[in-house]
Amino acid sequence: MKNMSDQIESGLAERRALHLQKRRSAEARFKWYGRIAVSFGMVCVLFLFTDIISKGAGAFTQTYINMDITFDEQVLGLNRFSTLEEIKAVSFGSFFKKQLRAKYPQATSRKQKSQLYAIFSSDMPLILRNMVIAKPALMGTTSSVSLIADDDTDVYYKHGYGADSNIGRLSQFQKSIVNALASEGRVEKRFNAMFFTSSDSREPELAGIKGALVGSLLTLMVTLLLSFPIAVATAIYLEEFAPSNKFTDFIEVNINNLAAVPSVIFGLLGLAVFINFFGLPRSVPLVGGFVLTLMTLPTIIISSRASIKAVPPSIREAAMGMGASKVQTVLHHVLPLAMPGMLTGTIIGMAQALGETAPLLMIGMVAFIVDVPAGVGDSATVLPVQIFLWSDSPERAFVEKTSAAIMVLLAFLIFMNSAAVWLRKKLERRW
Amino acid sequence: MTMPITNLLLIILIATAAAYFLGRTRAQQIAKPLGGVRHLATLPNYYASMVGLWAFIPAILLVVCWSLFDGLIIDSLVKSVLPQEVKSLPSQELGLILNQVSNAALGLTNFETLGEEYRPAVNRLLSLNSISERSMPVLVLVVLALGSLIGFRTVSATHNARYSVERIFNIGLFVCSSIAIFATLGIILSVVFESLRFFEMVPFFDFLFGTHWSPQIAIRADQAGATGSFGVIPLIAGTLLISSIALSIAVPVGLMSAIYLSEYASRRVRGIVKPILEILAGVPTVVYGFFAALTIAPAIRTYGDRARGWGAENGIDWLANLAVSSESALAAGIVMGVMIIPFVSSLSDDVINAVPQSLRDGSYGLGSTQSETIKKVIFPAALPGIVGAVLLAASRAIGETMIVVMAAGLAANLTINPLEAVTTVTVQIVTLLVGDQEFDSAKTLAAFALGLFLFVITLVLNVIALKVVKKYREEYE
Repeated sequence: MKNMSDQIESGLAERRALHLQKRRSAEARFKWYGRIAVSFGMVCVLFLFTDIISKGAGAFTQTYINMDITFDEQVLGLNRFSTLEEIKAVSFGSFFKKQLRAKYPQATSRKQKSQLYAIFSSDMPLILRNMVIAKPALMGTTSSVSLIADDDTDVYYKHGYGADSNIGRLSQFQKSIVNALASEGRVEKRFNAMFFTSSDSREPELAGIKGALVGSLLTLMVTLLLSFPIAVATAIYLEEFAPSNKFTDFIEVNINNLAAVPSVIFGLLGLAVFINFFGLPRSVPLVGGFVLTLMTLPTIIISSRASIKAVPPSIREAAMGMGASKVQTVLHHVLPLAMPGMLTGTIIGMAQALGETAPLLMIGMVAFIVDVPAGVGDSATVLPVQIFLWSDSPERAFVEKTSAAIMVLLAFLIFMNSAAVWLRKKLERRW
Repeated sequence: MTMPITNLLLIILIATAAAYFLGRTRAQQIAKPLGGVRHLATLPNYYASMVGLWAFIPAILLVVCWSLFDGLIIDSLVKSVLPQEVKSLPSQELGLILNQVSNAALGLTNFETLGEEYRPAVNRLLSLNSISERSMPVLVLVVLALGSLIGFRTVSATHNARYSVERIFNIGLFVCSSIAIFATLGIILSVVFESLRFFEMVPFFDFLFGTHWSPQIAIRADQAGATGSFGVIPLIAGTLLISSIALSIAVPVGLMSAIYLSEYASRRVRGIVKPILEILAGVPTVVYGFFAALTIAPAIRTYGDRARGWGAENGIDWLANLAVSSESALAAGIVMGVMIIPFVSSLSDDVINAVPQSLRDGSYGLGSTQSETIKKVIFPAALPGIVGAVLLAASRAIGETMIVVMAAGLAANLTINPLEAVTTVTVQIVTLLVGDQEFDSAKTLAAFALGLFLFVITLVLNVIALKVVKKYREEYE
């Protein structure tokens, strides 16, 4: 009898132990699921950033080819006393081609000749002309000129040169020329200042983000000037003045609604109301700013309300007790105390607006614009839209440019967000 | 006298400042014989603000209304001198003719192409435009002067300017907070009106239940498929396909990381990991689109090709016949899922933290492990909130535009194969509207109908989500 109960006892103990082990391993498994999920998210962040940085880092340098150019008075028909009109009348294109043909007589066929010209940026004749215009004394001299390499040459020199890979679209003939130039030490990579000082171009080697940056800046300025006062006023009204009635509820519902509407719908609104009904021009920062204002309002309103709420009622009561009116209480006491929180919300809202693309596509800020916009009424594009446009371009060099533009955009966003965090830490008061 | 609007605004600002100082000086002048500012009904600054507001508000209202409505008014005046037979044309054609008239006024076309009968209209337009341009600055200056004068006259020792100023302040606050209403109203009106025009051309049920989407409008009337077809089903299918791929990544990952971070992770780990995950929420969607189109989609294609080769070698038929499109739903879905992870995780984090500690303690007291507590106590308690979070994430995924525009393609395939290219509602809205378009074709209006559809869906999802979350909150508070 006793033996049997012992057996049962030990069997039960075994099962208990087994059960406990199962539960413990389930616990460990579950914990690992959590770890895997978290690390997946972290890996995504890491992968996204390394991918973009590795793709875009190359765009911050540009390949130049140093060559001696003879500004022959006979060939050009100009001398150092030529006037601006005379210089402008001369075709520097054929002059430049002639120079190249003289240097590379091995280019005999038509195809090879045009390949020879294509090693250099198609804007080189224009740049040479501008050099002569700036310094007519160049005429009759031979001077070393840094020629901008074409995007294909650029890609080849940065990524394919030295290795016998097939990167880039250069032909064997072009590669041999570039290799020869490089072994003479005439090819060099320099910081690509043009990327920041020029605007969009069909030629990747000449394309820059200045126009888009200025466009973004103008659009953000309009957005800030409109959304900050409106949002702060709304927050003050809803927190301090609004009677609790149906209409106030209606306003709140509408604000929450706006926060949830997909951004592309704001584009439809901008198109139908601002452009079609009010007849404002297309693709201008002004309309872009209007649309983004409506989009960022909920963000700023919600954070402003939170920071007004955080101001303790004792402050208000003290001010009222000293005889201040409601408006004076709010303007002199509540608003300054809530301002850091409001500014934080505003910066975050502006960061959102800076990255927004879809609604701006619909109001036409997607055009190919070479000029830097001078005001809020000029046609412009913005940085995210520029990224979108470039990412559509077939040239390999534009992938690099796109990634570099993304890096600039992300740098701005990181700066803005860390400014918001800093502001919150530095200025926000705990009561 | 003409001047650009920015100069006019500058003048108004300067005049306002001047009125402010005049008002203050005036108040101080009045106060002096009385024995100091404390004998005034209120502080001099309030008198000054009042005079400033008298100058500013009427003038700025005039400028805003003028620049918004002068185009509309001039158009209607020009219409009245158009030839009789033109006036009776439907509004769309009338709009085109007005456009031509304004082109002629700008000197872009001449009367040989336009027709001599439009000459009075063009002349009328030119004269009205010049009247408008000249009279606005004059009128604004007059209003500025009159406003300041009226404000100036009301400064007196007994009049409490603070009341008026605070009243205007209150009204200003109220107007600002009504802008949210106007924005919603604007969205609804613009999509509804254009959609109604669209449904005049395309029957509502053809739109809602049609299985074929090709919005091209025929160039010739007798061309095959002359009407273009506007069946929204393939777009919905594509949207749902991509959104469900996104959610099937974002929900498990987001939920598990929220659980791990709030229940297991130490304070330090949480402090490091949470901000890093939140970076994902701050990255602009166009960056994700680029990432999807240029990194993920080619990678999927490469692996697809490899799998096909491997399948062909080993005689696995379905693998050997695998077709991977270069713009696959999978690429867009995966990247969109990554984008939504922080959204799901921060929302679920909130709900998990809202579950009272007493429930956890009770469960531990009965001897359950941490994971059992989470699975059997916290998760059911937080379920409504989590459902709400998932619904909000779904509405984000459905409304997301740039990723799908860049990575999902334009072909309206009705398929559930994630390796094929599909298109979504948002992609079609963007493609139909980007570039120049006239406002009357079914193609353009279709975008607004899609917008209405999208608006309604996301609104319904959000309302349900908020209801669910709210109901849950009431249980504990």
